[in-house]
Amino acid sequence: MPDGPALGKGRAGRVRPGPLLRGVDAEASGGQPAPLSSAPPSGEDTGTVDLEETKLPGVGLRHDFTTARGRRIGVISTRGGDRELLLYSQDDPDACHAVVDLDPDEAEVLAELLGQPRVIERLARLREQIEGLATEGVYVEGGSPFAGRTLADAAIRSRTGASVVALVRNGEVFPSPPPSQVFRSGDKIVVVGTQEGVRATADLLKNG
Amino acid sequence: MHTAALLIELGAVIFGLGLVGRLAGRLGISPVPLYLLAGLAFGAGGVIPLNAPEEFLDAASEIGVVMLLLLLGLEYSAGDLLGNLKRQAPVGVLDLLLNGLPGAAFGLLLGYGPVGALAMFGITAVSSSGIVAKVLADLGRLGNRETPAILGILVLEDLGMAVYLPILTAVLAASGVWEATGSVLIALGCLVVALVVALRWGSVVSRFVSAGSNEVTLLRVLGLALLVAGVAEQLHVSAAVGAFLLGISLSNDLEEEAHRSLEPLRDLFAAVFFVSFGLSTDPSTLPPVLLPALALVVVGVVTKLITGWFAAKRAGIAIPGRIRAGAALIPRGEFSIVIAGLATAAGVGAGLAALAAAYVLVMAVIGPVLARFADPVARAYVRRQRERAAATVR
Repeated sequence: MPDGPALGKGRAGRVRPGPLLRGVDAEASGGQPAPLSSAPPSGEDTGTVDLEETKLPGVGLRHDFTTARGRRIGVISTRGGDRELLLYSQDDPDACHAVVDLDPDEAEVLAELLGQPRVIERLARLREQIEGLATEGVYVEGGSPFAGRTLADAAIRSRTGASVVALVRNGEVFPSPPPSQVFRSGDKIVVVGTQEGVRATADLLKNG
Repeated sequence: MHTAALLIELGAVIFGLGLVGRLAGRLGISPVPLYLLAGLAFGAGGVIPLNAPEEFLDAASEIGVVMLLLLLGLEYSAGDLLGNLKRQAPVGVLDLLLNGLPGAAFGLLLGYGPVGALAMFGITAVSSSGIVAKVLADLGRLGNRETPAILGILVLEDLGMAVYLPILTAVLAASGVWEATGSVLIALGCLVVALVVALRWGSVVSRFVSAGSNEVTLLRVLGLALLVAGVAEQLHVSAAVGAFLLGISLSNDLEEEAHRSLEPLRDLFAAVFFVSFGLSTDPSTLPPVLLPALALVVVGVVTKLITGWFAAKRAGIAIPGRIRAGAALIPRGEFSIVIAGLATAAGVGAGLAALAAAYVLVMAVIGPVLARFADPVARAYVRRQRERAAATVR
């Protein structure tokens, strides 16, 4: 994945724009983001998001990008965990036309609403792209160290490379569970990844 | 009997501050000018002279300065400081010189002497990061693309203070050229050490200070801040700078926690500091300095507008954003009073305290108003541009 100093690029089809998760050093972009190009990205660029990260000293981080149709949007992540959704003005590209304050819960809901269909898209694309991709249901057994703990605690993606796409509890399916999702013994977790990744997940859930 | 009087007067002062703070919230302005006014009204020669419990207020206002600077240091990480220094150093220098030199010239003209002029330099140069940050948040401008440039200037001004305050403290102590140079060198050394410690061992310092419960962290951070401030003062480096450097050294993990638990204390002691500055200023000294103060205000507004314009232009921001950036930087506040407080305590310039009080009173009130006013101005500009463009097409 490209690791530019100023702009973190991630193909929309891939597993999330990396910089958000890895925390790219904003030194080069902070303070002086590249001037906004007036022309919207050309047709062949669709699918690429030029995400700009800017440090706001004393406030937090700002991420923003221009959509393929030329609207600029962004998000401020304050250190307190609140988010501000920014819609930039079309007349004055430096100013915000509207700002929506979101507390952490609201931000999570919005993220889920925006992210949910993409999980399925991503899954379909992954299936097409990679042979030998495994999808498997892994049970949280009674003795599992993660029974009663959250998805975030298990850190499955970072430890095994496999993604949790759904949770099945009492026959009911919960697609793309949030990081705060608490596992109970008897839950079935649907994991997607390489063979090794899926096996490692089963092992992780069993033995910690 | 003594205790009763002390408690009653203290209670009255603090309760009064609460009322004043509420009023400021209602009016949507910074409480700093109102605290100053309250102090002026109840101080020596005021409307109702109040026999304030001086020892307590003096001690509390010293703590107030330490807390102000400690929390300011906590706002920024060493990375922020160095990053901004690397990127925006020319803007920072321009900002300090453009805004400070007129103040220094006024100081000389008004006969405050070279030391008074040095104090006036600081009083007029530094924007109030508290007021500016609040104005940006209130006006929904945190996401604007000129905002990083504005915040960058605030960071650099604060870094500049870490160099300026030791110089001022040393000069005020009138300890001779060598000693003054010595304390400045010590201060710069401490600054470098603090930055290195923060970058390399920030988590170690934080672990040393943080310990499970909020209460323990609060006591440890506060105690350490006062200790460091005291030692710094002893070395003539200025207590405020010591606290600021400590704030920087505490790493990010602790920042949020310490910030949350120390903020109410900062608000209390800083309020006492502003009031006690007002209390110690005789209102009858205000009228003679009113004209120079207003002249300084006009100059200060223009020079900050230029600074903001230049900084935003450098960041690739269009003209409306440059207007907003300049206007946002106008408010002066806590620092000007901190500097004036140091100068007055050392007995410099008879009218200086009154001048600083009048200056800050006006700047802290009109600054946010002008920042708000920048929006319609910028919009009008955009509209005119569009009309002109439409006219040429036709």
